[in-house]
Amino acid sequence: MEKTKKKFQINNVSLLITVVLFILMFAFGSVKYDNFFSISTFLNLFNDNAYLMIAGIGVTFVLITGGIDISISSTIAFTGVFSAFLLQKGVPSFVVIAIVLLIGILIGSAQGALIHYFKMQPFIVTLAGQFLMRGLCVVISEASIPISDPFFNSMALGKVAIKLGNAKAASGKLYYYVFILFAVLLVSVYVLKFTKFGRSLYALGGNETSAELMGLNVARTKIGAYAISSFCAALGGVVFSFYTLAGYGLQNMGMELDALSSAVIGGTLLSGGVGTVVGTTIGAMIQGIIQTIVTYQNLNTWWTKVTIAALLCFFIVIQRIIAIRAEKMKGKEEA
Amino acid sequence: MKEKWNKLSQKKAFWPVVIFLVILLFNGIMTGGEFFSLSIVDGHLYGRLIDIFRNGSKLMILAAGMTMVLATGGTDISVGSVMAISGAIACSIVNGNILPGLHGNVAAAVVLSILAGTLCGFWNGFLVAKVKIQPIVATMILLVAGRGIAQLITKGKIITVNSDAYYFINGGYILGLPFPLFIVIFLVGLLLLFVSRTSFGLFLESVGCNAKASKFAGIKVDRMLLAIYTISGAFAAVAGLIESSGIKGADCNNAGLNIELDAILAVAIGGTNLMGGRFSIPASIAGALIVQSITTTVLAQGVPAAYIRVLKAILIIVICLSQSKEFKGMLAAHKTAKKRKAVEE
Repeated sequence: MEKTKKKFQINNVSLLITVVLFILMFAFGSVKYDNFFSISTFLNLFNDNAYLMIAGIGVTFVLITGGIDISISSTIAFTGVFSAFLLQKGVPSFVVIAIVLLIGILIGSAQGALIHYFKMQPFIVTLAGQFLMRGLCVVISEASIPISDPFFNSMALGKVAIKLGNAKAASGKLYYYVFILFAVLLVSVYVLKFTKFGRSLYALGGNETSAELMGLNVARTKIGAYAISSFCAALGGVVFSFYTLAGYGLQNMGMELDALSSAVIGGTLLSGGVGTVVGTTIGAMIQGIIQTIVTYQNLNTWWTKVTIAALLCFFIVIQRIIAIRAEKMKGKEEA
Repeated sequence: MKEKWNKLSQKKAFWPVVIFLVILLFNGIMTGGEFFSLSIVDGHLYGRLIDIFRNGSKLMILAAGMTMVLATGGTDISVGSVMAISGAIACSIVNGNILPGLHGNVAAAVVLSILAGTLCGFWNGFLVAKVKIQPIVATMILLVAGRGIAQLITKGKIITVNSDAYYFINGGYILGLPFPLFIVIFLVGLLLLFVSRTSFGLFLESVGCNAKASKFAGIKVDRMLLAIYTISGAFAAVAGLIESSGIKGADCNNAGLNIELDAILAVAIGGTNLMGGRFSIPASIAGALIVQSITTTVLAQGVPAAYIRVLKAILIIVICLSQSKEFKGMLAAHKTAKKRKAVEE
């Protein structure tokens, strides 16, 4: 009992640091720049990063099992290009969305199966997946394909106005596609916290051998995690095509690192066993706010990357310190 | 004779070299022998074959460093970003944009950028060996930040250089052969001597097989990891110099983009186990030449460059499957089942 309590404490400490950091950054921006402190700045974090958050949530599932998935940015690009291509051919939008989501699930399951049954390294398998999807993008079309489907258009432009007061700073808007993110977030929190599958993910990440000895279905859990990751990436790809209204094969190069950083900043342990999707979402919001501050400061956009890398480093080192302390505590208990 | 053949075919580099020769032969037949034609202009050798060696030099250097990293069971995915940093520093110095006191001295630029690469490698090694972060994650930090740092050095611009001495790094000739080839021979030779003439190579295999056991056996694992990542960083810096000299400038967005994947593929083709342990640097060099010649072949056949990515993806999966114990076990089980069936019938 006490041990589980301790584990939750570790989890909470990381999450708390993340939330405090977000509030500090938002406060810093609000004090430093005019017009920064507003509901719309806050809501735009969701409007601009919804696809990243969805993909990040998916990747969190894989990270919890102790694996890694670096194919997601290519999956997003492929989804964009392939749906733009199908729409151009006159396929109805709902069929298109169903097809690309199904492809996402298939790709993820295939990767998961290779990793589980042949004990191949997740990094190498998803690397090959990344090459494959990027290659296929350009095979379909080298140029950017515009999307003019009415449903995609209505999702891209439709928004809900949110007003908390009469002041200018108290109103903002949320685009329709952001609600897809909220739905994904709610479902993932439920799955991870309250289903057998979710608990198995954590058990698998904690120790694969004991999970297997406990009688958990390791194959199904592991392959399921990769399938969810690719599914979320495909869904993120759909949202991204709502956002840009185009499909382009070289889109989002290196975005998998942003998704991984979101998860790490949000308190997910890369060694597996610990992580929350809420943390990942806040991690992505932190990245969004760094970007906003860099824009306000009129800096070279590359400062965003450098700052995120520094943060990433900071959080990884903190994780190590927590892990080392936990090991020491365990040693004391045993003695 | 047969004994000699057996001895030769058991060398780790044997099959990769054979595959490389087959690819070359295929090219030769497809182009009606034109592929092998070498011409001498101004005392310099020109030809497709020479191009493969020249263009493959970066990959050969990276693959040599990457082999050692993979042999420890780690990875270094930051080499592309380190290449961008070293190119950015060298070009900025030659141009006088930074450290104008050096008056664009090419030698100083080269030394300083290799030093910067070494420092990057040391940072990776420090995170892996001392802070004990998984290698993928540790090198990911520099992968994300590296290009940003390079951009900050060049202030976000593409820097072009105008210096014949700097162009020589990629485009120069010695004794009719391209200069990058000599860099490869020098660096790889040095590394091979170090690995085979000292106990380093033996310790390296031992660490890759079982780091914990090696530590108990008295091997200083931390120091070895630190040294290996540092070497990988320094080699990446040299590759970055060759790259930036080749395009006569520093393009931080594209220098060495995705090349870490090619380097890993080259090492995998060479037969080094990506889980660590068994390794061979000459085999990786042959692997690098295979990757380069596949690229050249596919392009020469008029196939769009995009298909190369798909091809490489399939290659990686096939090679890893062939290395997988579980897959071999499945194949063996299938074979015995077939045999049993045949006997029963």
